[in-house]
Amino acid sequence: MFSKGTKRKFSDGDEEISDESLVGARVASSYNLQRQSLLDMSLIKLQLCHMLVEPNLCRSVLIANTVRQIQEEMTHDGSWHMVTEAFCGPGQSPSERLVATEVLCRSREQDAEPKLFSVISYEGCREEEVVADETLCSVSVSDTVSNVCLAGRVGQCWEKSELSGVERDEEALEDSRLGSGEDEEIDTEDGASTESPKTTGQVFGTFEIKNGSPGPDSALEELFSDVDTSYYDLDTMLTGMQSAPKMGPYDLLDSLAPSHGSPSIVSTPTCRSDLNELDHIMEIIVGS
Amino acid sequence: RPCFISEVACLCIVCLHVVSFLFALQRSVVYIFWGDEGGGNLTDVSVSARPTADIISTVEFNHSGELLATGDKGGRVVIFQQETENKSQPQCRSEYNVYSTFQSHEPEFDYLKSLEIEEKINKIRWLPQKNAAQFLLSTNDKTIKLWKISERDKRPEGYNLKEEDGRYRDAATITTLRVPVFRPMDLMVEASPRRVFANGHTYHINSISVNSDNETYLSADDLRINLWHLEITDRSFNVVDIKPANMEELTEVITAAEFHPHQCNTFVYSSSKGTIRLCDMRASALCDKHSKLFEEPEDPSNRSFFSEIISSISDVKFSHNGRYMMTRDYLSVKIWDLNMENRPVETYQVHEYLRSKLCSLYENDCIFDKFECCWNGNDSVVMTGSYNNFFRMLDRSQRRDVTLEASRESCKPRQVLKPRRVCAGGKRKKDEISVDSLDFNKKILHTAWHPQENIIAVATTNNLYIFQEKVN
Repeated sequence: MFSKGTKRKFSDGDEEISDESLVGARVASSYNLQRQSLLDMSLIKLQLCHMLVEPNLCRSVLIANTVRQIQEEMTHDGSWHMVTEAFCGPGQSPSERLVATEVLCRSREQDAEPKLFSVISYEGCREEEVVADETLCSVSVSDTVSNVCLAGRVGQCWEKSELSGVERDEEALEDSRLGSGEDEEIDTEDGASTESPKTTGQVFGTFEIKNGSPGPDSALEELFSDVDTSYYDLDTMLTGMQSAPKMGPYDLLDSLAPSHGSPSIVSTPTCRSDLNELDHIMEIIVGS
Repeated sequence: RPCFISEVACLCIVCLHVVSFLFALQRSVVYIFWGDEGGGNLTDVSVSARPTADIISTVEFNHSGELLATGDKGGRVVIFQQETENKSQPQCRSEYNVYSTFQSHEPEFDYLKSLEIEEKINKIRWLPQKNAAQFLLSTNDKTIKLWKISERDKRPEGYNLKEEDGRYRDAATITTLRVPVFRPMDLMVEASPRRVFANGHTYHINSISVNSDNETYLSADDLRINLWHLEITDRSFNVVDIKPANMEELTEVITAAEFHPHQCNTFVYSSSKGTIRLCDMRASALCDKHSKLFEEPEDPSNRSFFSEIISSISDVKFSHNGRYMMTRDYLSVKIWDLNMENRPVETYQVHEYLRSKLCSLYENDCIFDKFECCWNGNDSVVMTGSYNNFFRMLDRSQRRDVTLEASRESCKPRQVLKPRRVCAGGKRKKDEISVDSLDFNKKILHTAWHPQENIIAVATTNNLYIFQEKVN
């Protein structure tokens, strides 16, 4: 169903379209649609996990690899720009989101070569953050701007300052630790254009506590220095998953825009409050 | 008579050597356990109160085949024992009756991560028998336990100071002295945990394998493989670690691992990218560098976005003779010669008709189902499960295969199981079932084959079926 057949590049429409290329274009656009929906499905799968039990790492890795594969192909096809165009339009999105997307749009205009951007946010803390994914830009809906982590090949117009500005607002311990880690990553990625895109790597980024980030956290780090950090593997990602809303995996699918060309509507499912989380934990403790 | 016809059919088929053997369901052999519809065979009434706990998660025969252990999602282990009608005739009808039931693992709560640790038994492995007692290893996601199963069929009677029920006798009534003697009693099977191997794994344990030296065993999680000594619980050696320094670079995980059946220094582990690595523990303490890498080049004509997912190996098993190993990926079973790394020697399609449905199977997560596979005693036939309660038996020597179904409707007593056919497309013949009518909730993930006889155990979601070769 998804086997890669021969297809033509989607033309701008300036050229005269013959019958053959029209058919080809139709095939190509349906293939693109299918590919897009597969991408959407995969991103949702990555984000919706069980509340209490650790998600299956093998499954997450396989889905992440699939997403990466799709994104690479979309880059080569040059259809990536359609994704970013969707976010250039006006919307009720919070200003923080526009910052991220503005960067994407700007970089698109300047470069002919397509850039691979993947914005996957992930919960870095136990606060109620919810990921809503339209096409690829996931935004955490919260009052404090946090957890918008951009990764991927970085073009020369990458605005590092804006990125770190976004991340400076992060408050939670893990957030800031990860945020500073992100800065380091972006630095290293600047020069390496051939580096494999760390597209969905953010998903696993929280699996590891990044060490060596001095600052206001150092006191806290000392406090926890004797704690076996290996225990924190998976924790931030997964505790973030705890606050994911209890929606069926296909509810978000339904709310997704059918095609990437149409203006995107950010679906914002309601967040689970800390109180519910606490209730649930109490149930387990009392129940056992 | 229908019976006569089926017998003649059996004989004809046997004579023609079309199918090497047939399987008959014998009423006394099949025990439906944990089923909703189960009747008098239910051994524990409380089972029905926890329906989700009854999902069978592992099935394993011991080395003699006399005992069959099953683990379930509720952390219970149920062991069945074989009883033959006539012990002198090994081909006689066998019965498997419940021998012992115990709670192996309990649910735990990891307070550091605020996550539950499931009590589901992922794997059971028997130790070779050394004395009267039986030993097995059972594991959930985090903790491995060594259980001793022992029989007690005698008890001391005739205490001087105590009555038979334990009450103390009135001292004034004691006038004589006697020596307590052992008298036979009803068989009691006790299971006691002898070792608990905890805190060895950060990630979820997917495999355990007992070494041929009978002293050590390995346990594998998604990223690491540890070597344990059966006597030592507070220490393990890490022999494989594929965790990248930066978790964002993680693209491959370990899916299964097994020790070689004869060479105590050799083990293999499979990955989510469809590769198998053979490691020699003599080479170095940390076996990150493999001795052999088994990988088949991808078929470019079949390439799709799901190629990597369906190439992920869900199970790896050495043959009994130690010369081959079998791997199970989503659509096929591959037999590898340990001396040839670049491609398998045999490939069998399990359910190729699913290839066009991969997108739907990805959507409903079925594409991530981990099917197991097993060898028969002489390595001539391999078996694996599929959907719709189908399971497949692939005869290597005769290049034949058959699809059978494990369900109450299709299993009639003393009747040969009817082969099933799935119609991939086009006109559906009579007795065929079309791909779209397959029930993907009815999956057979766990199967086991008796090490010596043609007796198989097949686990559907909630029920265990035991089939035996029809003997005339």
